[in-house]
Amino acid sequence: MGSTSAHGEHSNGEGFGRRDLIKRSAALGLIAVPTMSFLSACASGSDETTKGNESKVAVTKENPFGVAKGGKLDVVVFKGGYGDDYAKAWEAAFDKKWGTTSSHLATQEITSKLQPRFNGGNPPDVVDDSGAQQIKLDVLAKGNQLADLTVVLDAPSLDDPSKKVRDTLMPGTIEGGMIGGKFVALQYVYTVWGLWYSGKLFKEKGWTAPKTWAEFMDICQKAKAAGIGGLAHQGKYPYYINVAIMDLIAKKGGLDAMKAIDNLEPNAFADNPVALEAVEAVYELVEKDLLMPGTNGLTHTESQTQWNQYKAAFITSGSWLENEQLKQTPEDFDMQFLPMPVLPDSKLPFEAIRAGAGEPFIVPEKAANKAGGLEFLRSMLSREWSTLFAQQANSLTVLKDGVDPSVKLRSGTQSAVAALKSAGDNTFNYRYSDWYSAMGTELENASNELMAKRIQPKEWIKRAQAAVNKATEDPNAKNNKRS
Amino acid sequence: MSHVANSKGRGGFIAGFLILPLALYLTFVIWPYIQTFGYSFTNWTGQSPTFDFVGLDNYSALMKDEVFGGALLHNLLLLVFVPTVTILISLFFAFMLNAGGRSGAGGVQGVAGSALYKVIYFFPQVLSLAILAVLFGAVYRSDEGGLLNGFLTKLGLVDPAHPIEWLNEPNFVLWCLLLVVVWHGVGFYLVLFSAAMQSVPKDIYEAALLDGAGRAQTFFKVTLPLLWDSVQTSAVYLGIAAMDMFVLVSTMTSGQFGGGPDHHSEVMATVLMRNFLYFGQAGYACAMGVVMLALTLILSAITLRATRREHVEF
Repeated sequence: MGSTSAHGEHSNGEGFGRRDLIKRSAALGLIAVPTMSFLSACASGSDETTKGNESKVAVTKENPFGVAKGGKLDVVVFKGGYGDDYAKAWEAAFDKKWGTTSSHLATQEITSKLQPRFNGGNPPDVVDDSGAQQIKLDVLAKGNQLADLTVVLDAPSLDDPSKKVRDTLMPGTIEGGMIGGKFVALQYVYTVWGLWYSGKLFKEKGWTAPKTWAEFMDICQKAKAAGIGGLAHQGKYPYYINVAIMDLIAKKGGLDAMKAIDNLEPNAFADNPVALEAVEAVYELVEKDLLMPGTNGLTHTESQTQWNQYKAAFITSGSWLENEQLKQTPEDFDMQFLPMPVLPDSKLPFEAIRAGAGEPFIVPEKAANKAGGLEFLRSMLSREWSTLFAQQANSLTVLKDGVDPSVKLRSGTQSAVAALKSAGDNTFNYRYSDWYSAMGTELENASNELMAKRIQPKEWIKRAQAAVNKATEDPNAKNNKRS
Repeated sequence: MSHVANSKGRGGFIAGFLILPLALYLTFVIWPYIQTFGYSFTNWTGQSPTFDFVGLDNYSALMKDEVFGGALLHNLLLLVFVPTVTILISLFFAFMLNAGGRSGAGGVQGVAGSALYKVIYFFPQVLSLAILAVLFGAVYRSDEGGLLNGFLTKLGLVDPAHPIEWLNEPNFVLWCLLLVVVWHGVGFYLVLFSAAMQSVPKDIYEAALLDGAGRAQTFFKVTLPLLWDSVQTSAVYLGIAAMDMFVLVSTMTSGQFGGGPDHHSEVMATVLMRNFLYFGQAGYACAMGVVMLALTLILSAITLRATRREHVEF
């Protein structure tokens, strides 16, 4: 028919002609294309046994892991809000001290770059396993891919060899790196979560930062009257609105309410009036129409930028917000951190905040230069390296007093540090999303429906409890317990 | 040289060329298929070389997996609409561009400026899916800054305080994605059908015209039957695209690897990837891959068979 050169070739009376055959096999070949890419994504590397680190270097007090001089160190970092300049500075310092040659890979695609290497048994020596495409820690731990970092905690601190590293860390750092009862991840960046507002906007409107949920709702109402949204959230990623819901639960019900969720108790959400009250409080924002218009469908950058343009009074986020929004924030915006306001009769005070270590650095169990990797982590917990990080990445580390006082902080970070100080021991941090990825996702889906007014708080509670119950079937559920 | 020797030598020559591609095909296409099949019987996490054999557990879990079931339904829905809508629109435009005009001497030519339209229609095909996702992300943006919302607000059809959250509406999200696929595909199939139409001898059209056939009659009685091979091939191509959809869904909708809100835009590929890379259930994901392969093969065979027609010769 027309356009091909195959004219007349099929008139040989043999069923269907050659042209049909070619056409059909071509079609079958095409069928293979979409499925193939997914199928072959499933193919793993061969099951190699690694030789491990065979270098025999004397273990001394200065060299507690036996790092061989002049070896190689393979470092992979997530290049996100913190950039990767800090890592380059670290590697240079490490190479100088140990005579090693560091290879540096900074990427956002941690999973696709490293998954084949973990499977092939040739992972890097140090990984900053972070970002949207991080390899989930619970998954790595399940596969015995993570080195036990307890040895780093028990090694002498570089700044003061009379102290152990574990005694130089901010509270919660060790707990934050435990998976299945083992310390396997060094969560290096100290983060606080809560609400954020513009000091400038509040001054202009004569609003004061709210301490109770009622005062918070009041400001949201005033904002609406002034033609702007009350609360903005990063709707496409419901992780953020869950910060508000879960913080309200923890503050109202105290640490027990939080642990009940992390420990997958049968009454973590169900028949728990505290949880229902928290969800209802957040839902009131939806019912009274106090969300920034359209915020439910926006990405994190879209909605944060809208907030930077004074389209909403508050936004939920962690303390990476300031660094992430550096370019979009007006000069005089005066970013301020606010702990989550409290519901009546809350067990924790207003000052209490979700705070903890984030940005997990790991050493793979099968790393070729495991000693080097461990030594690298120990060096990160020195004042010199911690200050390097604060300078290059504009954020705090988990090292106590780890930043040289000469480093000047921006307004948002400064307010976060102040909030942290007034919180004192009143900090808390959830673990469920690291421990149970699927449960975290379920809670996020439920919150997305809640914010879009498609389900009611009671339905949210039902779905959340179902997610908790399902997570108890996870083989890690028996190891992940907190008290 | 004798005729026989000649053909023998040619056979060896051709085989020499085929061995290497065949080996590559076996290594990089067939072997991963077999491996995947094997992994689908294990509890492999995807991040470690160790795993246990679990028999048919993954498949029985898959039967009960509501999310995967929903994703399958969405894929089938797309399978019905993507090829039908795209082909109908492309055919209509191609017909208008090639035989829609009536003023010329022969009576068979496109509407005025059809050459230009053809170029313009082809533009979307040049864009990669990643760019499309960004482009339509801006169109469907859920606040006033979105093109659709901005436009509807200006017309007074949408309240600026309550813009439509296109990709966050369970009832809209799949249709919004469908529109992107159709928008992307129409240009290509239009050009494909145009080429096929142009190879139809003009005298057939002229004869039809002389016999008093109207425009619709010309299309259904002359153009469509002569184009059937192209339509059939297009249906298979588009069917495959509808079974995939991974790039658009994963980048445009909410959730890990997309699929949101609340699984309303889930397709099999997104469920597979989430289980594979995020939940650490690679063995389970491999079982999904095997099911996808089987379904795609079955559906393609059905499409080819159902659209089989007598060949019209000219």
